[in-house]
Amino acid sequence: MRLICPVCGERDRREFYYMGDAVALQRPEPDAGAAEWDDYVHLRENPAGVTRDLWQHEAGCAAWIVVRRNTVTHEVLESVLATDLKGASA
Amino acid sequence: MRVNGKGLIDRSRPVSFTFDGTRLQGFAGDTVASALLANDIRLMARSFKYHRPRGVLSAGSEEPNALITVKRGSDAEPNVRATVQEIYEGLEVRSQNAWPSLGFDALGVNDLAAPFFSAGFYYKTFMWPRAFWERVYEPLIRRAAGLGGVSGTASAAEYEKAFAFCDLLVIGAGPAGLMAALEAGRAGVDVILADEDVQAGGRLLSETHGVEGLSGSDWAARAIAELASMENVRIMARTTVTGAYDQSTFGALERVSQHHAPSKDAPRACFWRIVAKRSILAAGALERPVAFQNNDRPGIMTASAVRSYLNRWGVAPGRNVVVFGNNDDAHRTAHDLRAAGVHVAALVDSRPDARVTGDFPVFTGAQVCGSTGRQGLEAVTIRTQSGTEKIATECLAMSGGWNPSVHLTCHMNGRPEWRDDIASFVPKGGAIPGMVTAGACNGAFSTHGALAEGQAAAMETLEALGKKGAKSDLPDAEDTPYRMSPLWAVGGTGRAWLDFQNDVTVKDVKQAAKENFRSVEHMKRYTTQGMATDQGKNSNVNALAILADVTGRGIPETGTTTFRPPYSPVPIAAMGAGAQGKGFAPERLTTSHHSTVKRKAPMIEAGMWYRPSYFPVPGESHWRQSCDREVNMVRDTVGVCDVSTLGKIDVQGPDAAAFLDFVYTNTFSTLKPGRVRYGLMLREDGTVMDDGTTARLSDTHYVMTTTTAAAGAVMRHLEFVHQCLRPELDVSMISVTEQWAQFAVAGPKSRELLNGLLDMLIDNDSFPFMACGPVSVGGVDARLFRISFSGEHAYEIAVPARYGASLFEALNEKAAALGGGPYGMEALNVLRIEKGFITHAEIHGRVTAFDIGMERMISAKKDCIGQTMAARPGLLGAEREQLVGLKPIGAVKQLTAGAHLFDPENPATREHSEGYVTSVGFSPTMGVFLGMGFLKNGRARHGQTVKLVDHMRGIETLCEVHGPVLHDPEGGKTRG
Repeated sequence: MRLICPVCGERDRREFYYMGDAVALQRPEPDAGAAEWDDYVHLRENPAGVTRDLWQHEAGCAAWIVVRRNTVTHEVLESVLATDLKGASA
Repeated sequence: MRVNGKGLIDRSRPVSFTFDGTRLQGFAGDTVASALLANDIRLMARSFKYHRPRGVLSAGSEEPNALITVKRGSDAEPNVRATVQEIYEGLEVRSQNAWPSLGFDALGVNDLAAPFFSAGFYYKTFMWPRAFWERVYEPLIRRAAGLGGVSGTASAAEYEKAFAFCDLLVIGAGPAGLMAALEAGRAGVDVILADEDVQAGGRLLSETHGVEGLSGSDWAARAIAELASMENVRIMARTTVTGAYDQSTFGALERVSQHHAPSKDAPRACFWRIVAKRSILAAGALERPVAFQNNDRPGIMTASAVRSYLNRWGVAPGRNVVVFGNNDDAHRTAHDLRAAGVHVAALVDSRPDARVTGDFPVFTGAQVCGSTGRQGLEAVTIRTQSGTEKIATECLAMSGGWNPSVHLTCHMNGRPEWRDDIASFVPKGGAIPGMVTAGACNGAFSTHGALAEGQAAAMETLEALGKKGAKSDLPDAEDTPYRMSPLWAVGGTGRAWLDFQNDVTVKDVKQAAKENFRSVEHMKRYTTQGMATDQGKNSNVNALAILADVTGRGIPETGTTTFRPPYSPVPIAAMGAGAQGKGFAPERLTTSHHSTVKRKAPMIEAGMWYRPSYFPVPGESHWRQSCDREVNMVRDTVGVCDVSTLGKIDVQGPDAAAFLDFVYTNTFSTLKPGRVRYGLMLREDGTVMDDGTTARLSDTHYVMTTTTAAAGAVMRHLEFVHQCLRPELDVSMISVTEQWAQFAVAGPKSRELLNGLLDMLIDNDSFPFMACGPVSVGGVDARLFRISFSGEHAYEIAVPARYGASLFEALNEKAAALGGGPYGMEALNVLRIEKGFITHAEIHGRVTAFDIGMERMISAKKDCIGQTMAARPGLLGAEREQLVGLKPIGAVKQLTAGAHLFDPENPATREHSEGYVTSVGFSPTMGVFLGMGFLKNGRARHGQTVKLVDHMRGIETLCEVHGPVLHDPEGGKTRG
């Protein structure tokens, strides 16, 4: 498996650390309530299809990236720097 | 038998080798199989289940029968295909699965007991008594069935792994692959051309028809020469592409040195990972046998294999040969043999309308329905419209048609498609992203068809790569139509083999269907059809055709089993090359390592780091003596310990303080420059992640320390928090663990020691407890931290790593003069247990700040990672197991880590467990074992008695519960 690091280019999957669903980017406010925090920390979709994951190019430039990929076809559709995404939403 | 004037072998270079101890001769270019056949040896192996005599079925890597063991001792390799192994001078070949000899195999009686060994016999026969499963049945079956054995010693062979990148990977160097590589190479793209064979050419090497007026092998040699002259083309011979993986990555096994005697200069094989932008599969096709009674005798092989042995290796597999087929291609075998002067006893074509001309007896609309011969074929029986006839022959060349090698196209879940006209599966387009299929693997069986498809595939690929290819003129080549009519099995009562390697017969498949194992995947598992080293390359399509027939479905509806990587066997040692011994994990060594080893300190692994357990001195014969002495030394004088393995993270920027406030539970923005603070870090779920001290060097510059174990995880976490949660913060961080060598100097005489080394003296005012700042030692800029993990007056001094070794020597020299010295991990552990300091034995991933008594360190004045979730009900309160100290009070004085804690009145069973012990050590300071652990509602139970029970070691100790800190609870020594 190969992933695209927006900084370094296409690299072997073994250079990356896998974290999980990119929902981790949407950290609730401290007072958001138990349900929202439970969603954020514990509840994850397990889609057969397109998913958005957080990976870190740990053995490379240390960038955290959001990768859109298809769990059925294994296609890697898009890689975006997490900082760019956060910048866009801010 | 050798045939004069035929073959690509080098007759000027004789090569001798042994087979089961007998010395034999072949020529350079021979495989074990061709050389054995040249020596009139047809019996090469015994079958898996029935121990039937077997010879070669094929001439390639798909060989199911002729598996051999080569070499001896730790060099030995079992299950090598005789059709692939090239001979070299002195090669030792041994047969497998036969005892006492290949000619007389005692377990040949299995063949007589065949009625008991039908499909599923394991499941039906070895059922009772249950106690026999592992003690009797399994050893029995394992001895009787099987392939080659392992040597029992560690393999001495070296393997390698390697990576390659290219624009285009061409898999297979037959006419289609060569044509594709030529066109792509000429267009200037980076090409890798891989073929499992020694020599490029594929079927061209085994056929008599030429290309462009040249012989097939000469044309292939010319093509390879042109490719070899191109700098952008890499030719990989003896390289099998074994798997197709995500993002156009391929696995490939290169047999680097298996064709000559083992040497230290070259690895045995190399496992490649090839990343290609595009790929062309030109893997060819494999001929399938026909099932008829006793179709497995040595001397019966595929028609194309007979042509290969004749045309490529100059060997006639028999003095006379019968050819049997359902297609025109098989006729070539008869013609080639006849032209080479080999007697063709008969050509049998199952098609009534077959058109054959030739100077040999021809039977159309006829079938071979049986064979006789003890250890090799002696005669075949043919059935014609007018009855049966027995023909004496040493070799039967059979052909049931051709199966395109679709395997790689199925590795990513693609299913091949059935084509009625060729009665075969062909690859489904787009099954592997970026892959185009060409030639025989695509169902184009003529040489012209292969060349044309190879060229077209190259053009399509070049366009996809954004390159322009100039189509060259296609070389002239035969374009014979492939005419065939399906023939899977010849009717009859006896056993007719489908899968030769696993001894699966037509009857077995029918029985599976009868017992309702009608799905092809069920049938496979019930009968073992298509398993083991050949993965059913010869037999799968035949077997599912039989299954389709008995279940009344068509072949496409029946479907195929799943082809998975690897295409042919790959040694695990090749995939894991370099990961044995020292290669298993990197070793991280501190700057004091050399000196520490010289002091005879036993090293222990801490993650990848190596750290000293203790430093023995003369007269000490037990580690506890050394440990006790080192603890006392730190408590009484001074000790030196390398703490460089702790993670050190440099955090800088205008928002560094805000950042640390967010990742730590406590506040670091209020920390004054020149001071150090202990910090606690949580995971977002409220569990403790790590702890350590962080020093503020300036307003915008902090140095964080992490535990040794969590250094990597914390670094990743900090980057996550910054990039993913708080990118607006202007802060940067980098690991400086390996840039700084850091030593703890601990004990009442620590300042005295340092003042003997530092360029400027320090005192309690300039360096109070939890101070930090720049110092100079021997003219080298250093950092000094007044922190303590022992409870003593202590410092940590850090210098750039290149000065670490000399500083360690200097510190120890000064320490020795003061009655101190170095101390290791054992003493460090006891010191911190006496003081109640936690490590990852305590913060093991399931404990909260509340559990370790640090919930007040979670500042309510700010948000931080883990704050919200740490306040959840269930993570706080009396029900939690809380950190306590433990001291033995009964007759038994021993404490053990991992033991559970119970109310003394309760039985020591799981449901009564109230906690567990995390750390123990003998405290020379108190003269007693001390422990740390977690106990339900522990903080309210100080002074109570609990029962420690270690069922593993049979220890039961009554303990008094107390607070975790026993040594100097007021902290006067640390501050003094």
